[in-house]
Amino acid sequence: MTGATAARGGGAEPAGGPTGEKDHGIHLLQQMLRIRRFEERCAELYSHSLIRGFLHLDIGEEACAVGVIDTLSPDDAVVATYREHGHALARGISMRAAMAELEGKVEGCSRGRGGSMHLFDAATRFYGGNAIVGGGLPIAVGLALADHLQGRRVVTACFFGDGAVAEGEFHESMNLAALWHLPVLFCCENNLYAMGTALDRSESETDLSLKAASYRVPSWEVDGMDVLAVEDAARSAVETVRAGGGPHFLELRTYRFRAHSMYDPDRYRDKAEIEQWKQRDPIPLLAERLTASGVLTDGDLERIEGEVGAEVDDAVAFAEAGTYEATEDLERFVTSEPVRAGEAS
Amino acid sequence: MTTDDPIHTLSEAVNQAMDIAMAEDPDVFALGEDIEDPIGGVMKGTKGLSTKYGRERVRNTPISEQAIVGAAIGASLVGMRPIAEVMLMDFFAVAMDQVANHAAKLRYMSGGRTNVPITIRTSVGGGRQFGAQHSQSLEAWMMHIPGLKVAVPSTPHDAKGLLYSCIFDDDPCIFMETMSLLFTRGPVPPGRFGIPLGVADVKRAGDDVTVVTWGWQVPEALAAAETLADEGISVEVVDLRTLVPLDRDAILRSVAKTTRAVVVHAATQFAGPGAEIASLVGHELFGRLSAPVERLGAAYSPVPYAAELESLHYPERKRIAATIRAMA
Repeated sequence: MTGATAARGGGAEPAGGPTGEKDHGIHLLQQMLRIRRFEERCAELYSHSLIRGFLHLDIGEEACAVGVIDTLSPDDAVVATYREHGHALARGISMRAAMAELEGKVEGCSRGRGGSMHLFDAATRFYGGNAIVGGGLPIAVGLALADHLQGRRVVTACFFGDGAVAEGEFHESMNLAALWHLPVLFCCENNLYAMGTALDRSESETDLSLKAASYRVPSWEVDGMDVLAVEDAARSAVETVRAGGGPHFLELRTYRFRAHSMYDPDRYRDKAEIEQWKQRDPIPLLAERLTASGVLTDGDLERIEGEVGAEVDDAVAFAEAGTYEATEDLERFVTSEPVRAGEAS
Repeated sequence: MTTDDPIHTLSEAVNQAMDIAMAEDPDVFALGEDIEDPIGGVMKGTKGLSTKYGRERVRNTPISEQAIVGAAIGASLVGMRPIAEVMLMDFFAVAMDQVANHAAKLRYMSGGRTNVPITIRTSVGGGRQFGAQHSQSLEAWMMHIPGLKVAVPSTPHDAKGLLYSCIFDDDPCIFMETMSLLFTRGPVPPGRFGIPLGVADVKRAGDDVTVVTWGWQVPEALAAAETLADEGISVEVVDLRTLVPLDRDAILRSVAKTTRAVVVHAATQFAGPGAEIASLVGHELFGRLSAPVERLGAAYSPVPYAAELESLHYPERKRIAATIRAMA
């Protein structure tokens, strides 16, 4: 065990010690704040019906996306879930393209066809939000298989929640990735609830890293509220995976501060439990550490908040100035060549 | 058909298409259960390919249909052209999340920002007493999911050309290999050729009644047409070859001429592909038909094991002939 991370299953211990570099610490803080403020604005826009459908907020879990994705190179790939705004922003999808997508505009990263759960951007190798629990795991295995077959030394980071562990696709994917020794970093964001069902009512074995280890996949339990711990574990795992070490598994222990989705009245969790986790909010946690170590000084936080706020305002303005797709394009993009209307339907 | 082309089975034709595709494009690879030699696929479709191209490119998988199809999808997102084998079409039920929710939708959900160029080969049972879970013709299920293309060859020639086209198509293609036709023989041109997806083939020209069909039922319809020719009834057999894209023009051209149509398929008749085609014909040729469009599909039951029952389950040449006789 090193710090907030426990290893299991034969993997090398991740290198301990936070990176002390000033710019880097501030960068992590800024990334988490970008996600937080973006999503807070999303909730507001949802209440004004500018964002519709399902909206799953990542608030409270930002350290997972930021800590892992920060360790990836531009050639690496990311597969995410329906709670993926944070991952998309951390990966480099612009806030403008993400917000326009949420508002269903052509300028969105998925042309308004996807919405909140289907942000997609091949240019940043972000292969999608995905609204099927567990559905992204086999696809991540395939991306890694292609990288293996084509001789690229890159990593596919695949994010999913604790709920996905109950799906068959989790088990098929862990087995196949391990069997074929593929470069996948499985990142399980364990927020203790599969939608509204607590982990111990959803899993006969609540130790999720043990499940991964049973497939001979080296596994680590990581404090998912501590972005530096996440980053340390991820960096070490990514290096090992990239070097040909086969798939690895990070169980990121985290918590969502908001309900599962905007439709969820959140009646299954104790208010006290939520409050207790909020004491470990990853953003103040990092800010306090950076302040204590002298990295974050007077005015820094206000400056960052100002920059982030301006970026969010700009993204909202961009989205609201965006255009809706022409209705005659309803059946575009179903297949590669436009099939004549009525021909195949 | 007169041709100097070499004679092969449909299974050999499938094998040739994959062999040629793998030889010309290193991004083509195959994955599935028992596809490596010495088995070479339970239906022998991949026989010899792992020996020729190695087990990296022709790889056995665990019995994990979701992972097979999902891995194919993932690899296709970066431009590879995987050929996944789902051993029997019934097993699509296990893989359907990846087929319906991912392969079929990724292009659309991303606003056209990715292709999903996978081919899923699958064997379709029926007529061999394989029972309810090894015999289903599920093409209607595939047709009902926008984004999938569906090919069902009836001859070795078509199998080779259609599979080659599927492999190099940029969309997910379901390639159905009818088991009862896999070892039937026919001429197959050597070398590389593709048959465009969405182009039907008139397998027999005729004037009185059009049979619209595909796959297994094509030789049954041709046999019925032969019988009826002796009775003075001229039957045209339109082999759709692909159900998506659907060659509406070929169907309407033929029925406009004959004014009578019967749609025949091994899929369940209720809510089957025949309903769509009958609706198309009825709508487009309303007032020009000499008889209501007839449909002959599988009975509304799981496929029975008992031979006496199974032979009644699917349409076959005698029932096709009787139906045509009654409407001609």
